[in-house]
Amino acid sequence: MQKVQSKCAIELKGITKTFGKVVANDDINLSINRGEILCLLGENGSGKTTLMNMLSGIYQPDGGEIFKDGEPVAIRSPRDAFDLGIGMIHQHYHLVDVFTAAQNIILGLDDGKMDLGAVNEKVKEICDRYGFDIDPKKKVYDMSVSQKQTVEIVKVLYRGAEILILDEPTAVLTPQETDKLFAVLRNMKADNKAIVLITHKLAEVLDVSDKVAILRKGKYIGTVDTKTATAQSLTDMMVGRSVKLNIDRPLYSNPKDKLVIENLTVVDGEGIKKLDSVTFTAKSGEILGVAGIAGSGQKELLESISGLYPIMEGSILFNGDDGSQIELVGKTPMQIRNIGVGMGFVPEDRLGMGLVGSMGMTNNMMLRSWRHGNGMFFNKKAPQALAEKVWDELEVVTPSTEFPVRRMSGGNIQKVLVGREIASKPPVLLTAYAVRGLDINTSYAIYNLLTEQKMSGAAVLYIGEELDVLLELCDRILVLCGGKVSGIVDARNTTKEEIGFMMTTVGGKGGKE
Amino acid sequence: MTNESKTPLIRLAKRDAMDPKKVWAIRIGSIVVALILGMIPILMAGKNPFQSYGIMISGALSKPGYIRQTVKKAIPLLGCALAIAPCFKMKFWNIGAEGQITMGAIFASFISINLASHIQSRFIVLVLMMLAGALGGALWAFIPGFFKAKYNTNETLFTLMMNYIAIGIVRWLQGGPWEGRPGTQIIPMFPDNARLPNVFGVYCGWIIVLVLVVLVHIYMNYTKHGYEVAVIGDSLNTARYAGMNVGWVMMRTMLLSGAISGVVGWMLVSGANGTLNSDVAGGVGFTSITVAWLSQLNSFAMIIIASILAIIDKGSATLQTKLSVPASVAEIVSGILLFCMLGCEFFINYKLIFRGKKDKEVQA
Repeated sequence: MQKVQSKCAIELKGITKTFGKVVANDDINLSINRGEILCLLGENGSGKTTLMNMLSGIYQPDGGEIFKDGEPVAIRSPRDAFDLGIGMIHQHYHLVDVFTAAQNIILGLDDGKMDLGAVNEKVKEICDRYGFDIDPKKKVYDMSVSQKQTVEIVKVLYRGAEILILDEPTAVLTPQETDKLFAVLRNMKADNKAIVLITHKLAEVLDVSDKVAILRKGKYIGTVDTKTATAQSLTDMMVGRSVKLNIDRPLYSNPKDKLVIENLTVVDGEGIKKLDSVTFTAKSGEILGVAGIAGSGQKELLESISGLYPIMEGSILFNGDDGSQIELVGKTPMQIRNIGVGMGFVPEDRLGMGLVGSMGMTNNMMLRSWRHGNGMFFNKKAPQALAEKVWDELEVVTPSTEFPVRRMSGGNIQKVLVGREIASKPPVLLTAYAVRGLDINTSYAIYNLLTEQKMSGAAVLYIGEELDVLLELCDRILVLCGGKVSGIVDARNTTKEEIGFMMTTVGGKGGKE
Repeated sequence: MTNESKTPLIRLAKRDAMDPKKVWAIRIGSIVVALILGMIPILMAGKNPFQSYGIMISGALSKPGYIRQTVKKAIPLLGCALAIAPCFKMKFWNIGAEGQITMGAIFASFISINLASHIQSRFIVLVLMMLAGALGGALWAFIPGFFKAKYNTNETLFTLMMNYIAIGIVRWLQGGPWEGRPGTQIIPMFPDNARLPNVFGVYCGWIIVLVLVVLVHIYMNYTKHGYEVAVIGDSLNTARYAGMNVGWVMMRTMLLSGAISGVVGWMLVSGANGTLNSDVAGGVGFTSITVAWLSQLNSFAMIIIASILAIIDKGSATLQTKLSVPASVAEIVSGILLFCMLGCEFFINYKLIFRGKKDKEVQA
């Protein structure tokens, strides 16, 4: 039979996947078409990544069938997926740092020979065709995040993929890099490739996609044409009810300087400057946003203030309510926290810092108070009471206060953490990636909590990655670039483009990750 | 159905939390499987497997004398499992209990050999020996703990290597300074006032370890120290953020762990053996890892697991003598039992799904 390229590349019928008692995908039906960009939208834990992992051969479906060009297929391994022309670009890149782009691209291909010259040719050809900008001879460790992503995409195309799945590709990109990526995706679409984009960001969905498929709690809700959709209509479908999509940004009447940071410089274990003469002031009654490409010094800034990172130079002054000034540099994390600098949200991996995954809410509350209690025994009463209060007030979904937080959903884990931190009403609240991986509904709940803290007079530091949110939530935005302060702007009078430019450029010099 | 035949024959899937009754059914099932597999080497040795198993059980439990010997084997296993539990909770892989026992035994023996004859009171001698044993074990454990805390060295290799040094020291003492009759390579038996008294026919170490079970349980579950250990085991960064001095907690926990191992060493020389030899730990430090692991670091469960392992050990020893089965066959049988008991944890955490039986879960 002659192979006719039908419009429908992949069809999923009744796909079901369970993990223990959790049904990750429940009877999902979905068509992926050639020459189209399909966005897969859903709240956290709605089963988007699981579904795509079944297409790329990482998981096996427990029920249902997958059709490629009308033929039923079984995808048992990533290799099977490649053979079928399905390529997935994961959130975390799988590249060998010391290899060049070209070496990484052919890694794992066994066609008998290794003619790097020919490989370079072919890579160049792919790049020209879709508008990638990449040097095949460049080593991966010399590349920026966006270049690494490009290598991943070219790697998949090199293997002849005609169906590309990208899992949250824009999470680590600047607005400019995102635009570039979308231009490439549009070129691929014109070349009759089928593209699936997993993302949380509604603005991007509306910008780039042709169709949007929506999942909610593992169930397939429906597919809509992007032309007929709005941010509000998509959110309502995702959440299952109407959600208010704007952030109140009241002005605090009497802001005071709370945290005065001057010439803060830190170096990492290899002597590389992670923060370079950082100077700024955080005020009470204000949310100060911190923007920057991933790895521009956000984590180090946060850890330096909380006393977890060795400081080479500079000072961090905390202004008490009574007019006293306390130097935080040189204090232990415990002392700093007792002074009133709370760390709200946990960077990168929420359980890695701030919470203990295997313990329940009560024992996690105790992280703040374990030193209290008589003699060598701890006192469980106060943390127990706090756990019950947080459980109740923040509507944490958990069977009991002893249920391991690791097994809660991301949003609930976040609530446990923020509940504990704001319980002591800290004058300074540090937050990083507060809503990373959270669904829209929970994100807005968190924004409201932060605004409440601000209006009660706390100085809130908000390290974020979504510029749209930074612009809506914060009062001022500090932009970091390569460990330097690129500038501080008024969030009410700036644009995404301005911040995007500052993220990559300090005083006219091109910044790098 | 080309589709069907292409799916892998057996797939693995992570289980959710399992019904505790089912968990115990699997554990008991694994012992049954082990007993069936164990028949193969016995048959190959030309013996009747049912008779052999009967002898193993009766050899461990049928007479008071046998039971005493079984208890004697269980005491150090239990004590040592209690010692390493805090380390494992902290994800500090201390596999040096063997050396820590040996070092404790050396320090305790030092008291017996040099001071016992000058002190009348048996009680004082024994207390001094216990303290010396604890000190020796603690010291031996502190060294890798210190280096891990300060320089982040690999504790697994470090503690393992320390074992051989401790055993080497005993060999030297046996053939040198502490040798009894020249040429024997044997340290003389301890005087009576350096020996632990018997209670119900077994040296009173069993009372000491049972007290330790309760103490370790309280320490791990109700004290600030135990809480610190649990937090560090789960997440180092969280511990640092909570203001814990991670390095100090590591060293302190190793000191405690080593001290308990050292006490076990003292009980072995003062109670079980009556003297010191290079085989004093005799693999207890390693077998107790199995005990700690199988009981999931629960002190009370350790009593049961340590007893089971002691029964297997004693039973296979009886098997050797009664049926003149080669020692190696008895060891293979107990190896199979251990393997199955550890292996069944896999089936508690994962389930197998066979091709074609999509809806059925297959139990191990």
